[in-house]
Amino acid sequence: MSDVVEKTLTALPSLLSLDPQPGSAKLSSTSKLGNLIRGITELTSKHEEEKLIQHELASIKDQVSSPNTSMRQMKELMVRAIYCESLGYEASFTYIHAIKLAQQGTALEKRVGYLAVSLFLNESHELLLLLVNTVLKDLQSTNLIEVCMALTVVSQMFPKDMIPAILPLVEEKLNHPKEIIRRKAVLALYKFYLIAPNQVQHIHNKFRKALCDKDPGVMTASLHIYLQMIQENPEGYKDLTASFVTILKQVVGGKLPMDFNYHSVPAPWLQIQLLRILALLGKNDQSASAVMYEVLDESLRRAEMNHNITYAILYECVKCIYTIHPKSDLLEKAAKCIGNFVLSPKINLKYLGLKALTYVVQQDPRLALQHQMTIIECLDHSDLIIKRETLELLFRITNAQNVVVIVEKMLEFLRVNTDDYTTIDLVGKVAELAEKYPSDTMSTVFSVGGDMMQPDIPNSFLKLLSEGFDSVEEDRKLRLFAVDSYITLLQKEPGKLPQRFLQVISWVLGEYSHLKDELEPTVVLKLLAKLLDMKHTSSETKSWILMAMTKLCEGGAEVSVVREVSETYSSSMDTVLRQRAHELQYLSQDSELRAKVLLRDNGLRPLEVDSSLSFLDGFVSEALAAGAAPYKPPHQRQEELAQAKALSLEPYGLSLPMSMSSCSITDRQSPTLLSMSSGLSGDSAEISHKGGSTSLKLDGVKRVWGREGYLPQRAAVEEAAQVEVPCTLRSPSQQGDADSSHSQTPTSTPTPTEPDPEKQQLASLFFGLSSQSSVCLMGKPEPTPHRFRRKAKGVTDPTSSSLISTPSNVEKLLCNNLLDSNIASELAVSSAKQITELPQGLKTASSDIKQNNPSLIVDNGIVAAADEDPDRPKDLCLISHLPAELSELCHSEITPLCTIQSILCAVNSCQYRGDGIFPVAWGGPSGSSVLIQTPFNHLHQVTHVSAELKKSTQCLSFAHSDVTFPCRPLTVSTEEYGTMWLSFSHDTKQNLTLIGDGQEALTATLNVLKQKLQLHVVEIIGQEGILSCRLLQDQPCLMHCRVHAGTLAVWLRSPVPDLPDCLIYHCQRALQEY
Amino acid sequence: MIKAILIFNNHGKPRLIRFYQYFAEDMQQQIIRETFHLVSKRDDNVCNFLEGGSLIGGSDYKLIYRHYATLYFVFCVDSSESELGILDLIQVFVETLDKCFENVCELDLIFHMDKVHYILQEVVMGGMVLETNMNEIVAQVEVQNRMEKSEVSVQCQPVAELISG
Repeated sequence: MSDVVEKTLTALPSLLSLDPQPGSAKLSSTSKLGNLIRGITELTSKHEEEKLIQHELASIKDQVSSPNTSMRQMKELMVRAIYCESLGYEASFTYIHAIKLAQQGTALEKRVGYLAVSLFLNESHELLLLLVNTVLKDLQSTNLIEVCMALTVVSQMFPKDMIPAILPLVEEKLNHPKEIIRRKAVLALYKFYLIAPNQVQHIHNKFRKALCDKDPGVMTASLHIYLQMIQENPEGYKDLTASFVTILKQVVGGKLPMDFNYHSVPAPWLQIQLLRILALLGKNDQSASAVMYEVLDESLRRAEMNHNITYAILYECVKCIYTIHPKSDLLEKAAKCIGNFVLSPKINLKYLGLKALTYVVQQDPRLALQHQMTIIECLDHSDLIIKRETLELLFRITNAQNVVVIVEKMLEFLRVNTDDYTTIDLVGKVAELAEKYPSDTMSTVFSVGGDMMQPDIPNSFLKLLSEGFDSVEEDRKLRLFAVDSYITLLQKEPGKLPQRFLQVISWVLGEYSHLKDELEPTVVLKLLAKLLDMKHTSSETKSWILMAMTKLCEGGAEVSVVREVSETYSSSMDTVLRQRAHELQYLSQDSELRAKVLLRDNGLRPLEVDSSLSFLDGFVSEALAAGAAPYKPPHQRQEELAQAKALSLEPYGLSLPMSMSSCSITDRQSPTLLSMSSGLSGDSAEISHKGGSTSLKLDGVKRVWGREGYLPQRAAVEEAAQVEVPCTLRSPSQQGDADSSHSQTPTSTPTPTEPDPEKQQLASLFFGLSSQSSVCLMGKPEPTPHRFRRKAKGVTDPTSSSLISTPSNVEKLLCNNLLDSNIASELAVSSAKQITELPQGLKTASSDIKQNNPSLIVDNGIVAAADEDPDRPKDLCLISHLPAELSELCHSEITPLCTIQSILCAVNSCQYRGDGIFPVAWGGPSGSSVLIQTPFNHLHQVTHVSAELKKSTQCLSFAHSDVTFPCRPLTVSTEEYGTMWLSFSHDTKQNLTLIGDGQEALTATLNVLKQKLQLHVVEIIGQEGILSCRLLQDQPCLMHCRVHAGTLAVWLRSPVPDLPDCLIYHCQRALQEY
Repeated sequence: MIKAILIFNNHGKPRLIRFYQYFAEDMQQQIIRETFHLVSKRDDNVCNFLEGGSLIGGSDYKLIYRHYATLYFVFCVDSSESELGILDLIQVFVETLDKCFENVCELDLIFHMDKVHYILQEVVMGGMVLETNMNEIVAQVEVQNRMEKSEVSVQCQPVAELISG
């Protein structure tokens, strides 16, 4: 009773406060909101504000849930709730009322309701489903404003799955007589296109209609869509080039109504949009570009420098001119324009000018030379953003001559910079330069960049140091230099150095301090011991230090130091440290063992990794004979335990990969260390034997996917178990770079110590620009100067071949594929020979040849032999077989696949043409070669070229249809599938055609997919089926399909971004072919 | 696309917050704080662009802002928007506010937050620039205001009766 009275009392004032000025459009300061705001402004502390808002929210909560509150009051309450939310206080209890308001209120209340909904909720909020009906109703309303509101809320957020429900209504609005409605409908459709592209595929011609709309506003709106679509697929819209040019011509010519003018510039935003579209269309397309020249010229001419917005147009114009196929007189004008930007006193224009220069400088380095004076000035500009942009520009024009000055400038900036993001970015750039042009700057980078830099920077630096350069003597010098300077650093004040740097220092000292004869190991050990005692040293760093000490102690005088340290840490709480301490203890006592484990000067010995851990076989069989239980992988143990409802032992399972990876940090390739790690994991030979097919034996277990609470944890353990095998095996080849043989020449380019006079600096900055401007010194694919060239390396086997990641994702996938070589059915042919003429970054391209007719291969004893002895004279004769059209181009090593009588089949792993690299396979009787090439740049053809040998016809046929998708079945259980499904982020949905009909259609279709694409059918439940496959060990893709209305609704998920799309394409093709 | 529009005053008090990409509530507040921190320490004679804040996401994103008396108008956009174009769009937006509120000041934005949102909805819709013509925007807003008035006059009646009764 009492609370009813209380409610009425609290409701009363709100009624009264509204009543004196019923529905007044303005919320005056006497309203409740006004009171609230005034209350808040009077407060002094955050705490008080919180109290007041909580109080306010409580009263709002009371009122919204009271049945007596009218819609009008609700509207006012909603505004207050919005206010509270915007201050960062959650008012989730009002969400449902916001939806109600949008549903039931009059137009005015609806507006507040919709606003609140669009501010409170997000696309995936479950309450949003309640709004669908309201939107449907409002879209059909005769009240224009209601239609507008519905369209607005739809474009702000709408549940993806409900789009089909309202799509027809929104489409219908494209024909609405009111232009504002048409315009909003276009944008709403664009939003749909963004969130669910495959749902609006069928209305592309309606977009075209919108583009041709008589109202320029609607046309402008449709440009959003076209910009997006052309960005994704420029080839598909080339036919529209002329139309866009015509539109731009009309706009520039002032054919639009005066309403569209802004500061007497005709529709500037429209022009910007059009110029961007033209740039995309004209890129690398001479004929399309030719159409544009005239209008671009006109735009440049018309845009007189009088207002901000004309600069915006000019800037887009210039960018467009430099993007499309070049035309000299336009380039000249554009260059002049850039000059105006850079020289402008207006700082915004200067910024854009620098940006334009950065963009342009790759094509025309002379431009930077013209403006060198301004650039130098900008380096000392008071605005950090301008400075940064200048450094970005300088980064692009760095070459061997000016690198020292530029790096120095960057470091200078790093010292004053406080923004984390910029630091990370810039440190990365400096490191990149330092790697390209080795010098001693890395010390500074490490101390300035601190612990914020990307972890791969120190790694790659150490790699550089250990792999060394072309000359042994220079290697020595550089390493000595590093040892010297680090010793000096440690003797000063090591406390201030970042952890990452300390790790680098300890590694270098452990590895190379013996190079310096007069340096006593004791001195180094003492310095390192001092580091161990420092408070700030993290345990990760400590383990690095202990490892360094292990390498250093050789018995003798240093033993006492070592003993002390190892005693301290052998009782450490940290297991890794304890492990290290014990290693140190034993190895320091047993010099024989130590010599075996830690080989010195093994720099050039190639890595040999026994991936199956066969050296343990004896041990294992002995143990088994002695009655030991056979090894079970951790996840299996886990599973059994879980079934037995025993205690979970997860922590142990999880710690495995951790300790292993830290084991492998010891970069010496010690069999002992490896066996230690394998000892931890038990007999990993068994795992690797089973290869990828290691899986749970869960066939009998049927559960709904991933509903149990413990599932995720278990899956994590399983995953760890799966990962750990390649981890142990590969890490030596990745980390133990001491042994691989990349090399570089060290140049001890000293950083100038005395301050350069302005002119000298200026000269050095731009040195080499004018003389060598013709070639790609400025460009990204910069050929490294010869003396830094890495040594070509004999490829020993696919796993250790230096597959350097190539720029495109696709190629990476392909390269990685080779690493995953434990699939026996494949004849992997890899060659990663460096082609000196090619830019270094592109040096790898490999193709994986899969023979469709394995028996044939065996019969003929065909092996990809070229890899084993690269110097075989046969190469020469292979070249002579190269088809005439290819023989003049650069190419990589030719790998013969097989010979059958006089027929030769060979694969030439990459063929370089002006515009890219292709893997090429060719064959046939000498002279009459059949040729196939697969461009890398298309994901759908990433793929293994599969060569089919047709003995009967005595010739080789290669055809594009033979290109298959390189996926492999991934055997998982339904439960694992469920967990994986939830954890993957990239997905695609599409409908596929069913094969056959009736009950069997699903099974038939899935069988086709299984055969053609090697998908693994996990389970079929009624009208739904789940499948899985993988591209690599850790690149799975899951498929869920359901028979729906005569089609197969497919939903793919994967952690790899492009994989679902790629797979769906191949599924489509497979079904079509069938 | 425009990812977010933030208006806050010289002390960092948010006055209008509109995200076009979903962020959790606490993340939103963090973004506002960081943006304010970045923008407020810049002088008036430096450029109006800021790059690569770590919160809204990487090098592709820019903050484009203008400072009017007590208020900062910040647009967070990706690379598909023209920098100077957005800068002028802010100007258009502010001029529109000025026209609708007759000499707009911070207080108008506080007390009529909902109205500011409605005006913004006519300029930017779901992260896309909808209209850049000030007269057109004002016309749209006025249509809505008229509706408001007519509705109010209908509703006035019963409430008045209620009081008298």
